[in-house]
Amino acid sequence: MSRNQNLFWQGVIAGAPFVLVVIPFSLLFGVVATESGLDLVQTMAMTVLVIAGAAQFAAVQLLVDHAPTLVIILTGLAVNLRMAMYSASLAPHLGKAPFWQRAIVGYFLVDQSYAVAMQKFEAEPALTPAQKIAFFAGTMVLIAPLWYLFTYVGAVAGAAIPDAFALDFAVPITFLALIGPSLRSLPHLLAALVSVAVSLALAWMPYNLWLLIAALAAMVTGAQIELWQGRRRHG
Amino acid sequence: MDDQSVWIVIVLLGLGTFLIRFSFLGLIGGRELPEWLLRHLRYVPVAVLPGLVAPLVLWPEATGGTPDPSRLAAALVALAVGAGFKSTLGAIFAGMATLYLVQSLIG
Repeated sequence: MSRNQNLFWQGVIAGAPFVLVVIPFSLLFGVVATESGLDLVQTMAMTVLVIAGAAQFAAVQLLVDHAPTLVIILTGLAVNLRMAMYSASLAPHLGKAPFWQRAIVGYFLVDQSYAVAMQKFEAEPALTPAQKIAFFAGTMVLIAPLWYLFTYVGAVAGAAIPDAFALDFAVPITFLALIGPSLRSLPHLLAALVSVAVSLALAWMPYNLWLLIAALAAMVTGAQIELWQGRRRHG
Repeated sequence: MDDQSVWIVIVLLGLGTFLIRFSFLGLIGGRELPEWLLRHLRYVPVAVLPGLVAPLVLWPEATGGTPDPSRLAAALVALAVGAGFKSTLGAIFAGMATLYLVQSLIG
């Protein structure tokens, strides 16, 4: 077995545990999108083109709220902005790979593949770009097809689920479940609190503008608290 | 929601998301982001989602905007399980289980 094939399989094994996360999450998106009024083609188009759970849930929620199209797109993109960080930190490792390979990595750059790949590349920086690409491909070879497949299963099954299951609340629950693990430091916690406070205080504003203002205020809060903590540590 | 705006959201969100992911990988030479920008980007996940979820929890559409005990309890449990056990999936299950449990208790 060549070294590249070997790394591909290492990637498959490293990505495999995330199957347990991807199946229920994509199933839930299929169900929620269908219940919200998207048809099967729209649900699948979104899941294939966007391939980012949190942004997809946010977009569907705002479509239901009849938010303006521009606000929906900006909110979805804001949720995905963290991926610019992923892209920046992978660039030194994959920057020398062919352009078309980097474009494919870009499409498949999700939280799980990033986390697994970055861990590997930092542990073994001497791997060649081709070996790193092989590993990255391995991490997504199970996750991406299962993401599409179970969105489809959810969308088809979703129509049969009665209202009594209160699935309207599955989206807020999913967001809270994503927020919990990310409250890992004081700046993160305070940023989240500012986001909540500003959004509730400005809820009267039209066009869901409160959300964008709350997000900006929270980002500045997190960054400033981090700076303040750094100064205290060194000062 | 009309079909046309749904499709605009799908296509532009898909395209924009790809451009975000591809951004620095697409550049030649692997340039680095300035530190002040990285510092703000670190807080994006906790800046957007809490603001989005807060009104949905306090004023749920399904009850006509009236706060609802089962939904409040479910939200607190999901947040606590997520923060305590660092498990998104566990938090979703715990939150939905709480929602059904409290709904069945108070009828």
